[in-house]
Amino acid sequence: MSEQDKKTPILDKRSSRRTFIKNSGLTVGGVVLGGALGSLLGKDSTKTKTIESHVHSEATAVNFNQALMYFDKTQFDTIEAAAEQIFPKTDVGPGAKELLVAYFIDHQLASNWGLNAKEYMTGPFFPTEATALFGHQTHLNRQQIFNLGIEALNAEAQKNYDNNFAALNEDDQIAILTAFEADEVTLNGAVTSGFFFRLLKSATIEGVYADPLYGGNKNMEGWKMKNFPGHQMSYANIIEKDEFVKMDPMSLNSQHNH
Amino acid sequence: MAKKLPKTDIVLAGVGWTGGIIAAELTRKGYKVVGLERGKERKTEDYLMVHDELRYQQRNEMMQDLSKETLTVRHDRTKRALPYRQHGSFLIGDGVGGSGEHWNGLTYRFFPYDFEIYTKTVERYGKDKIPADMPLQDWGITYDELVPYFEKFETMAGISGEANPHPEVPEVKYPTVPLKETPSMKMFREASKNLGYHPYIAPAATLSESYTNPDGISRGACQYCGFCERFGCEYGAKASPVVTVLPVAKETGNFEVRTHCVVRKVLHTNGKATGVLYVDTRTGEEYIQEADVVVVSAYVLNNIRILLNSKLGRPYNPETGTGVIGKNYAYQMTSAASTGFFKDKEFNLYAGTGALAGVLDDFNGDNFDHTDLNFIHGGNIALGHYGKRPISNNSVPKGTPGWGKEFKDESIFWANRSLSVGSQGSVMPNKENYIDLDPTYKDQFGDPLIRMTFNYKDNERNQQKYIREITTKILEEMGADMITTPGDQGDWDTTKYQTTHNTGGVIMGADPETSALNNYLQMWDCENVFVPGANAFPHNSGMNPTGTVGALAYRAAEGIEKYLKNGGSLV
Ligand SMILES: Cc1cc2nc3c(=O)[nH]c(=O)nc-3n(C[C@H](O)[C@H](O)[C@H](O)COP(=O)(O)OP(=O)(O)OC[C@H]3O[C@@H](n4cnc5c(N)ncnc54)[C@H](O)[C@@H]3O)c2cc1C
Ligand code: SF4
Repeated sequence: MSEQDKKTPILDKRSSRRTFIKNSGLTVGGVVLGGALGSLLGKDSTKTKTIESHVHSEATAVNFNQALMYFDKTQFDTIEAAAEQIFPKTDVGPGAKELLVAYFIDHQLASNWGLNAKEYMTGPFFPTEATALFGHQTHLNRQQIFNLGIEALNAEAQKNYDNNFAALNEDDQIAILTAFEADEVTLNGAVTSGFFFRLLKSATIEGVYADPLYGGNKNMEGWKMKNFPGHQMSYANIIEKDEFVKMDPMSLNSQHNH
Repeated sequence: MAKKLPKTDIVLAGVGWTGGIIAAELTRKGYKVVGLERGKERKTEDYLMVHDELRYQQRNEMMQDLSKETLTVRHDRTKRALPYRQHGSFLIGDGVGGSGEHWNGLTYRFFPYDFEIYTKTVERYGKDKIPADMPLQDWGITYDELVPYFEKFETMAGISGEANPHPEVPEVKYPTVPLKETPSMKMFREASKNLGYHPYIAPAATLSESYTNPDGISRGACQYCGFCERFGCEYGAKASPVVTVLPVAKETGNFEVRTHCVVRKVLHTNGKATGVLYVDTRTGEEYIQEADVVVVSAYVLNNIRILLNSKLGRPYNPETGTGVIGKNYAYQMTSAASTGFFKDKEFNLYAGTGALAGVLDDFNGDNFDHTDLNFIHGGNIALGHYGKRPISNNSVPKGTPGWGKEFKDESIFWANRSLSVGSQGSVMPNKENYIDLDPTYKDQFGDPLIRMTFNYKDNERNQQKYIREITTKILEEMGADMITTPGDQGDWDTTKYQTTHNTGGVIMGADPETSALNNYLQMWDCENVFVPGANAFPHNSGMNPTGTVGALAYRAAEGIEKYLKNGGSLV
């Protein structure tokens, strides 16, 4: 890496931090602002060295995040293939596979989201009585719903095409997902194929656009496609601008390593 | 056995906007206040990692843990209610500051018409205008009486805004200048003016400039960071209890907040409250906090639940229309929104703040003639610039598939090229929209959940049809290449976020027969219990509620002081 390359991002960050403080007109030491502002101001540029070595190693490092917390290999392959059909690679940019969305979904399922830990999971349950307007009404948590959904994706693939879902061609995969969406497939549990499909679809979109800290949106490529700048300190200077302002996105990692 | 704690002057069940205001007002008068808050402590430093759409928006980091407590929902009395198992239609706050921490900050005053809605509707259109199943009521207070309290809330928070140019709407002078106007807001302004409407920049609690309020609290200007509603403000620019009223209360030395403490019941004998029963969820122990005054400030829905579980007040009976607790539950309607697609324009839509909007009230309240219309009231119409985050914003023109290649490319292409003009439609009370206790489902302590019976009635569905034509017309005038117009308002969707503007259930009024609270938000049936919050609204207007909630909380604080001095019913 050249001297120039190493310096640029740091300079950018520093100057944007300074402009932010100048523009915000914050009363430093005001009753309540000490906190967040204090810690922004408190970290000075003596940290530069650490940031540099971090920026440097990022390019060559192994991504230790690419391993499985929840899925087995077949489940992973199935979801990777299905997510790619929901958000495929096109001329516009990478698809779910390249963005590591399947790792994102795996990690999310291993978290409290997979276990519906912050949701009301007390019975009795009346899944067949509930229309879509009443949301999740099954006793199954998301881990169980994914298990059933994946099992059914492969069962459909075997039944219709004699192969696992991940091995099918694009058209056949799309045909199966379309049938899932339309509730035409029966899952071996108290949940519909359409419910599983919607869950998979929203998890895929999340994996494309969530901060890369969660394992998807590789190198912020999801954000770059959509011209979303991620985590920035301030837009006070561009909010009134007539022209579109494109900027390099920043992730929360940049904030943490400040 | 619950442990009894030494008596205090005032105990608060919940420390959000209303609890915070009451704490600040009474501690500075020298009264001792204990605030019981079920969630955790909050401070501005908590928000350094806040620009995280997955954690805060998709996973609702700051909201009530529904595994511990929720409600049940149904459309009508003939159905079995099902639990609200995941957050959807509305988001209930949790932790010190409550929803005041992660609100948008749009801060309006309800109209003079709202406070005297029954009288004014009858005056202008006659009694027959009001359907038999619509228990429309005056509020027992007028706009003019509330003005000083509105001003208190607005100067405390530092509301940024300009006067509403509509001739029917009273002029308001705000303490700080309006927020910056974006190119899309200018297009909205221009187009609406061309159509003869009265657009202006919405009043905002996200500061346009640095501001020091009468309590000496200084806050800096909003940075338009685009992670505002559902998120906490890492700059303290958004007015919230944690950066305004709570430091004032703490400074007096008269305020004690106990976090992780869930209030289960108000204890009472012979028409007077003695205190509250609560559980410290860290120790698992039960306590009784005795107090001269009990303030139930746990947000609309939790307020109703605490009262019903305490057997305080007369529960509403939809068969007879008698009783008051749970009566006149109302909500809002957002389904009149149209989306315009502009192929040759690109806007900086990732930027914004929760309260940045161009808005107009030409079709709100009684600002337009309803003689030949099949509904009363209306809704505001607004183009918001709140910050479009990429997971939750994927607008595509009608006819685009919901996934796959075309969806991907279209959703990316239009991400910064589509604008929505929406409406917050008012909801009038209906005899069949109400809240009671659920017969089946329980919370973490085994106490019954509340059951919400709610659906949109004809008045709302007709209003939506009328307003959607206007949102579409504005987008046409703005020059949209394509417009997606909404269909009819369907049955209430409990899964799709609409607003956290739940209202009613413990309503105010002039008559103890038809209301639960007098105009100090003091309970008719229990003189030392005050219940501030949007629960006091006898109907819901076509705008955000907290300006009015805040004003009423200041009014309640004054009432509590009067009560502590003189006792008795204040009205
Ligand atoms: C995403 C979002 C956006 C919003 N935007 C706007 C807006 O732009 N404009 C506007 O006017 N309004 C807005 N609102 C609404 C606004 O936040 C509320 O009107 C306001 O916060 C209500 O104040 P409150 O004191 O009644 O409740 P809250 O501020 O929610 O406080 C209630 C507190 O009570 C606590 N509590 C609940 N139950 C118990 C219990 N049993 N024991 C102990 N503590 C308990 C809660 O944890 C909470 O801290 C928004 C709300 C949300 C969620
Ligand atoms: S948009 Fe403004 S008020 Fe909202 S969180 Fe960002 S800086 Fe704070």
